[in-house]
Amino acid sequence: MKKYIDSGKNDTRSGFGAGLAELGRSHPNVVALCADLIGSLKMEKFIEENPERFFQVGIAEANMMGLAAGLTIGGKIPFTGTFANFSTGRVYDQIRQSIAYSGKNVKICASHAGVTLGEDGATHQILEDIGLMKMLPGMTVINPCDFNQTKAATIAIADHLGPVYLRFGRPKVANFTPTDQKFEIGKALMLNEGTDVTIAATGHLVWEALIAAENLENQGISAEVINIHTIKPLDEEALLKSVKKTGCIVSAEEHNYLGGLGESIARTLATQHPTPQEFVATQDTFGESGTPEQLMEKYGLNNKAIETAVLSVLKRK
Amino acid sequence: MSKLQDLVVQTRRDILRMVHKVNSGHPGGSLGCTEFFIALYHEIMDLKEGFDMDGRDEDIFFLSNGHISPIFYSTLARRGYFPVEELNTFRLINSRLQGHPATHEGLPGIRIASGSLGQGMSVALGAAQAKKLNGDDHLIYSLHGDGELQEGQNWEAIMYAAGNKVDNIIATVDLNGQQIDGATDTVLPMGDVKAKFEAFGWDVLEITKGNDLDAILVGMADAKSRTGKGKPVCVLLHTVMGHGVDFMMYTHAWHGKAPNDEQLADALSQNPETIGDY
Repeated sequence: MKKYIDSGKNDTRSGFGAGLAELGRSHPNVVALCADLIGSLKMEKFIEENPERFFQVGIAEANMMGLAAGLTIGGKIPFTGTFANFSTGRVYDQIRQSIAYSGKNVKICASHAGVTLGEDGATHQILEDIGLMKMLPGMTVINPCDFNQTKAATIAIADHLGPVYLRFGRPKVANFTPTDQKFEIGKALMLNEGTDVTIAATGHLVWEALIAAENLENQGISAEVINIHTIKPLDEEALLKSVKKTGCIVSAEEHNYLGGLGESIARTLATQHPTPQEFVATQDTFGESGTPEQLMEKYGLNNKAIETAVLSVLKRK
Repeated sequence: MSKLQDLVVQTRRDILRMVHKVNSGHPGGSLGCTEFFIALYHEIMDLKEGFDMDGRDEDIFFLSNGHISPIFYSTLARRGYFPVEELNTFRLINSRLQGHPATHEGLPGIRIASGSLGQGMSVALGAAQAKKLNGDDHLIYSLHGDGELQEGQNWEAIMYAAGNKVDNIIATVDLNGQQIDGATDTVLPMGDVKAKFEAFGWDVLEITKGNDLDAILVGMADAKSRTGKGKPVCVLLHTVMGHGVDFMMYTHAWHGKAPNDEQLADALSQNPETIGDY
């Protein structure tokens, strides 16, 4: 199996901050807005270098989304920053009408997604945001897996015309993708070729999928691991090609199984190539307080959960 | 001035005929704001020929209370943004003239969808900030219903505007005192709107005769003179919902109801054709 090296744990939100800082230097039309969470979103560098292009809106996310929509009128490319919960559910109608339906070029950048937000608990741990965002016509939904990929994705979405939801997280996780990668929206990445089962993972679950694949290899099971950083538009071609070879699939995401990546994959397979599938995701539940590791364990979102799901789906081939 | 008055009357006819044809839409607020729209698009705003989304080097208008789309569409058509005949397609399938304004169908003159209330102030402020970043000293105008101020997002935006000295915006509130379920004072009393805006740090002026073209021109010129002085500017426009059609005035009944054939004939007879029906 192909080896991936963790170059040193880092948080995906810092990847966002690094990408935004770079955009500040390369893209004069990029502006940033934040709802009182500059430190959490790691936006300090951009602000320091481009104070005139930063808008502190206070604890007023609805206004932030409207301001961002308005800033596009005049050619700006606004990046909004707050937690995933406040980037989606709290402002759904603002995003729906003023951004998505109006076709505005706003980049909704959402940190602290999922249970790995940790100790703050369920009020802040949104597990429904991918579903909310992917249902909006014209919205691109991206959930990169590590620091390097989040940085690359942040830079890439500035050159994509149209609204984007960019989802990332709080904890320090393995950083294993290349530093100089080119991020291609909608293009799934083959991380490990295998023949027995496909594991399609997004976000923090990609690293877990690689660990699971290694453990499975020791049991004589050849797992193909695909990094689905873009949930919408979904790379259907890559998924279909893989399952036609392996005959079964496990989807893995830090999100409710309702509305998440797994559901998008299931629809693709049901209509084009029916395939047994298992879902590593939260089971229609809210989260709770705890450390990220404890929560990933309790809610079945780690490499062990993926391994179990693989063993289960293999029996259904 | 007679040209503007002719446009006002013709536009009233457009509104009435549009909502009558599809037996739906919002004539009350549209009629009440007719003079304001005509003054805005023919005298007050500095507009370029043609339409581009970015609105560089021209004034920009945002309609937050999107349900008064009939007056917006009629004004835009008669200002040359799209063919007047297209008013025939209001609210019909495959039309660019959706029930509430939308950019989705590419109708020239529309820069944001509105209809779900309370969002336009934020959008207008964003566009105002973009103008400042672009070194464009043109102004942003916006219109909001008074009932619409019940939406909380407005107050986030109102606080933001003053706190950040967004002084290139003139936000007008249509104070007609009516909303769908009745008088605003009955549905949810808003108290002293002027005092509220002032408490939030805005420069507020009132146009007490909001259905009088002269009063609007004088009041908006005053508003314009107050821009660029560190404070956002608010105009409280006192209008009568349903203005220009006697049986539609002084009631909330025609907020979202179309006239029947007889009522249309009566209403049109009170507003005889001027520059020509579409």
